[in-house]
Amino acid sequence: MTEHILLRHRDVDDIDRLDVYRKHGGYEAFEKVVKRQSPQQVIDEVKASGLRGRGGAGFPTGVKWSFLTPDVFPRYVVANADESEPGTFKDREILEHNPFQFLEGVAICAYAAQANVAYVYCRGEFWDLAHALEARIEELYQAKLLGEKLFGTDYKLDIHIHLGAGAYICGEETALLESLEGKLGQPRLRPPFPAAAGLFAKPTVVNNFETLTNLPPIITRGAEWYRTIGTEKSPGPKVFSLSGHVERPGNYELPLGTSFRELIFEHGGGIPGGRKIKGIMPAGASAPLLPATDEVLDTGMDYESVPEVGSQLGSASIIVMDDSVDISWMVYKTSSFFKHESCGKCTPCREGTYWMYHVTKRIQEGNASAEDIDLLDSVARGIQGKCLCALGEFALMPVISGIEHFRADFQTHIGD
Amino acid sequence: MLAEKHQAEIDRILSKFPADQKRAAVLPLLYLAQHDYGYITEDAIQEIAAILELDPTQVGSLTGFYTLLHDKPEGKYHIQICTDMPCALRGAEAFAKEVCENLGIKLGETTEDGLVTVEGVMCLAGCDKAPMFQLQDDQGIHYHENQDVNSTLELIEELRRRESDD
Amino acid sequence: MSNSQVNLKIDGLDVTVPKGTLIVDAAKRVGIDIPVFCYHPKMEPAGMCRMCLVDVGTPRKDRATGEIAKDDDGNVIIDFHSKLETACTSPVSEGMEDSVCSDKASAGRKQIVEYLLTSHPLDCPICDKGGECPLQNLTMKHGPGKSRFLYSEKKHLAKHVPLGDLIFLDRERCIQCGRCVRFQEQMVDDPVIGFGDRGRGLEIVTFSEPGFDSYFSGNTTDICPVGALTTKDFRFGARPWELHAAASICTHCPVGCNITLNTRREASADGQEVIKRVMPRQNEAVNEIWICDKGRFAHHFATYPERLMKPLVRLEGELVETDWDTALKKAAEGLKAAGENVLGLAGSRASNEDLVNFKQLLDGLGGTASIYGSMAGGDYVGQVGVGSGTNLSTLGEGDALLVVASDLHEEAPIWWQGVLAAVKRGATLVVANGRPTRLDGYAAHALRYQYPAAVEAALGLLQAVSKDKKLKPYEGDGAIKTAAQVLADAENLMVFYGREGLTFEGTDALARVCARLLVETQHTGRANNGLVAVWAGPNTQGAWDLGLRPDPDLRKRLEGARALLVLAADPAGDDAGLGDAIDKGIFTVVQELYLTPTARMADVVLPARSFVEREGTFTSGLRRVQRFYPAVEGLGKARPDWQIAALLGAELGLEIEASRCGQVFAAYAASAPGYSGLNFTKLAESEKQWPPVGDSDLYFGGTAFKNHHGIGVQISPACERGEGIDIDWIDPPAASKTDGILLVPVDQLYDHAMTIRPSQVLEPRLAAAAIILNPKDAERLKVAAGDMVEIRLNGHVDEMPVLLEPGTPSGVALVGRSQGLAIVDPLDVEVRPAS
Ligand SMILES: Cc1cc2nc3c(=O)[nH]c(=O)nc-3n(C[C@H](O)[C@H](O)[C@H](O)COP(=O)(O)O)c2cc1C
Ligand code: SF4
Ligand code: FES
Repeated sequence: MTEHILLRHRDVDDIDRLDVYRKHGGYEAFEKVVKRQSPQQVIDEVKASGLRGRGGAGFPTGVKWSFLTPDVFPRYVVANADESEPGTFKDREILEHNPFQFLEGVAICAYAAQANVAYVYCRGEFWDLAHALEARIEELYQAKLLGEKLFGTDYKLDIHIHLGAGAYICGEETALLESLEGKLGQPRLRPPFPAAAGLFAKPTVVNNFETLTNLPPIITRGAEWYRTIGTEKSPGPKVFSLSGHVERPGNYELPLGTSFRELIFEHGGGIPGGRKIKGIMPAGASAPLLPATDEVLDTGMDYESVPEVGSQLGSASIIVMDDSVDISWMVYKTSSFFKHESCGKCTPCREGTYWMYHVTKRIQEGNASAEDIDLLDSVARGIQGKCLCALGEFALMPVISGIEHFRADFQTHIGD
Repeated sequence: MLAEKHQAEIDRILSKFPADQKRAAVLPLLYLAQHDYGYITEDAIQEIAAILELDPTQVGSLTGFYTLLHDKPEGKYHIQICTDMPCALRGAEAFAKEVCENLGIKLGETTEDGLVTVEGVMCLAGCDKAPMFQLQDDQGIHYHENQDVNSTLELIEELRRRESDD
Repeated sequence: MSNSQVNLKIDGLDVTVPKGTLIVDAAKRVGIDIPVFCYHPKMEPAGMCRMCLVDVGTPRKDRATGEIAKDDDGNVIIDFHSKLETACTSPVSEGMEDSVCSDKASAGRKQIVEYLLTSHPLDCPICDKGGECPLQNLTMKHGPGKSRFLYSEKKHLAKHVPLGDLIFLDRERCIQCGRCVRFQEQMVDDPVIGFGDRGRGLEIVTFSEPGFDSYFSGNTTDICPVGALTTKDFRFGARPWELHAAASICTHCPVGCNITLNTRREASADGQEVIKRVMPRQNEAVNEIWICDKGRFAHHFATYPERLMKPLVRLEGELVETDWDTALKKAAEGLKAAGENVLGLAGSRASNEDLVNFKQLLDGLGGTASIYGSMAGGDYVGQVGVGSGTNLSTLGEGDALLVVASDLHEEAPIWWQGVLAAVKRGATLVVANGRPTRLDGYAAHALRYQYPAAVEAALGLLQAVSKDKKLKPYEGDGAIKTAAQVLADAENLMVFYGREGLTFEGTDALARVCARLLVETQHTGRANNGLVAVWAGPNTQGAWDLGLRPDPDLRKRLEGARALLVLAADPAGDDAGLGDAIDKGIFTVVQELYLTPTARMADVVLPARSFVEREGTFTSGLRRVQRFYPAVEGLGKARPDWQIAALLGAELGLEIEASRCGQVFAAYAASAPGYSGLNFTKLAESEKQWPPVGDSDLYFGGTAFKNHHGIGVQISPACERGEGIDIDWIDPPAASKTDGILLVPVDQLYDHAMTIRPSQVLEPRLAAAAIILNPKDAERLKVAAGDMVEIRLNGHVDEMPVLLEPGTPSGVALVGRSQGLAIVDPLDVEVRPAS
């Protein structure tokens, strides 16, 4: 793809300046919806575009908005900028370099949801970026693109930044809402879903940062145009965060459905040092590991195809491992991560991640017996399907898939 | 006292939330307290509870949950190196180890002069620019990417100079 | 089938339950136990522990038509969900089929038990919960025989963490179910404990000062499904299976919580039964499954070593021990000599049987039996009190509650909790008081008046809605008007009135106004409607029902008396002025537990049994007559009060039932309106209550006791029985305007009364003896917090430290009752810095 729709700063210098952003069509979309469209029209347009949530679950955005409980106000929009999935750094780039497109997206979403207040929940580590974003929001007020009587209508909108304080689970939308309300960021029971009772128990839309950044171009250029990008069921552009053993790690904006091979070998420049590719984690730490077979490499990165080969697209953070990587080490790393990040609310995740961490550590340290590999597998499977939120479910995927595809890597650590 | 010293800032924070949802301001106020006191002190917890009309438990219980909040005095500067899997694939663990060795500490410890605490942390969304770390000080959190041991040690020297100048 | 009922199958059993019922409760209704840890039937589900996993199947629907799909044989096709579901969070639905015992569900739960045990210390043999522990039971049932978790990898945590003065936490045993945290948050709005840290580090923490400080904290130990939370009182005290249980009624306030006294034979007590702990006993119409900490921890007074063991008589100016015969003879002689000039004073701790015999005795002597107390209105409560079937826990949307001149949190905590719950269910609360109290936060209208103008405030409410031409229309501010309208329009209305800032006459007037408000707004004679007096003790309403009345001017009355019989009251201790009056040569007989200041002045002191050593009945504030039973042997030579009165009667030639308590009650009930048909057998009847507690499935409701010994009978008010209402009008007493400081005695839960002080565990919780001022007044009086001030009162001078509370109205000083100041009614006093 030649044109960047999301990483627009790569095409247009200084687009992080409001005047430059506006000169390139910025805020036309927001003006268009506020002045000429009903909230329902916006929802319909977004539905028609087929845009799916970029936060991981790939849920159709317009459909989600239409679940808002009718006639209950106030409503809130919350932008999820908690980006904490290992290997994911796409939102951060947009936040840093193309912030106004995101903010315009928030505004469009708020208008569609009939919300007058939106919060941007940034992970605490984005301290500098969040403060910069706050200054930009101030500029928008100055430019009368936020505040009362927008574009001469009765519509008003405030956007506030809220900083998290270091907790991966706060990316999960209900934990995020708890955190925003000033509590421990532990997931809520669902139902009720945020669309019915979200922030402050009011109907709320939570969308991922990148999802929202897609909105201005969809409104300006239309759903039909949008659908020309990507696949039929997974339309649109996607920013893929490529990391690990590749020549050129970084973000790549490509149509959904682009193959792993193209991303890794064409854009990422392939594996350094002439080594061979061994495995791919397609969704950070939160989905099954894929052995880098030809079938896998030729699979399109979209919400349908990746599951077909046994994993998930998730947040599309592609971590590449070459043949020097000991998969049992990788599993130890992901297990450490989830043990550290489990919120502790539900038993299988709290205890299971703690247990898996200990077994993988034991294996790493060469203190494990042959049965421990099966024990690890069984502890992981025991978690499956029992947790309150998806984190616990994520935690077991690298473990089970790691053992399934690369059992030998575990066995080499077992003494005799 | 936070309430007197930061009245305007506290009002600004509170204005972001509905009047009956003051509790939402607890994280921002904890950051404010950490900025002033260096870490979240017992007094800070009581003060924030009073400002937000909360029970102190509703304030204090957050410090253990969120990793960026510190409930005891540590180094004035926290160098938090991402040693998570994607960065580790690009040498972050070795980098962290070497930095620590040069400082004569282990990961998680504070330098003898009490200035710098070096920690290994989970993914910071800087995986393509590994090795990388964030520097947390009383002013906030700043990223340092594409680092090597020398550049990091230089930064620490710089911090030391900054301190002795003050 | 009604629309609100849902039919489903659980493990093949047909179940019909109301829509919205959770699977776990539906199963329980048909006797299927789904194990739970975090779920508690009294609280919102949390779905955290994942112990209650079941297989859930729902009828397949044809996509196109929405019709329920059937197989070739015409059977409904059930699709089981791919994942197990938590039964505690999933409501039932029509046609659902759940399987608790499928292989998949059993394996799932077994796995959860294994996870829970990975960090558990398995120290059952030394655990207080051992023997009544759900985790222990489930482990025996589902648990693996051998741990797959390496011991060396177990997390080792602190085992004796005091969360406050009363509750200890064992961090290793905690399974993070959050019941305690949710109880404190949702049920009593005291979020003084919370979860800290995260992941496997998740733990119960408190940052409050002082610690786990809540009047309800003990309940968390009942619902804690493991031995993580224990009370300071009971921890390491005994093993549950060694304990005996006796049904009783708490005597600390008018709520009348049903309790169980757990006892054990102890060597230290010569092999006698000793009370080890007080537990809630289920009565869904009274205290559900809760009790307050005072009820739980103050029981030590009953077995305090300084209890009177033998009768005492005065010989040459000294009280000396003697036998019953001598004491009774001497008492009878003295009482007889006084003839009609005998005054009887009975405190609110006296049971109905005590009072019946006491009254007979005084009637026989020609004297007067009266209630010792400074609050009026029990007769109006008898007329327009709450209707039978009243249950606070059924008030909600559309209903209203009015609380005047009372701080329920301090005076009747379980009512406070009940009111809070009603408000959470949608009931509207109106509170009127001279100062802010903890109910204000939940009130739709918190009306503030200047002490002692409670009557005027209530009158305002009445005037605002009254159609009575004789009443002036209301002319005051809008808040009262709106509030009054809310009360008038409510489907059901309960009015609680108290005595804060009021004299005896004041409470009388207040009760009349409240009664009229109920009558005029047609909130009488049916369940959940009527008047409730917030008495100071457990049986004041019973005394009023019996026809006893307090004396409006006790001091004057004492001056005219020649003999005094005091039953469970301490006028001299409460008010030095009354003591002075008694000390002027009145022949005094006292039936007591301890040598109180009044007893010290007596000519004869007769040792009485405490409620734990005897049986009887109390009539609660909501007019429920409830039975209590002996738990331990009587101490020394002490006798129950009803028997003492009968024995005194015998000396005087009066025939009073002296051997069967039940007979005393039955005879009274036969002639008392409202009580007719009641007897001990009837009062011992129980019924099946929801949620089930005390069965083998302790994890469900907790360790509150099942009610096997009677839920009591709520008696109807006169108006419900069709008797006319006779509450005439009086003008409220004129408020005296002053420019000094009005000293208002207020109730504190942990006061300094003899019924609390002997409890060592409660000692650090006792309210500080202090005079409470608002900072402005303090400035005017030139005193600061902590300074000592002199208070001149009835010619006595007392000293007390100052406590500052901004909410205190100006010109008013508050002081807890029983803090050493001889004050019963609000009084103008002089306050100045102590020299
Ligand atoms: C453990 C966990 C972590 C998550 N982290 C993030 C995150 O960092 N950013 C994000 O946008 N969504 C994250 N999600 C997904 C959110 O819950 C939610 O689905 C998303 O914000 C919805 O936005 P979308 O529909 O635009 O994708 C996470 C989910 C889980 C279960
Ligand atoms: S799955 Fe993990 S993160 Fe999610 S609720 Fe359970 S403990 Fe918390
Ligand atoms: S999850 Fe159902 S009882 Fe805990």
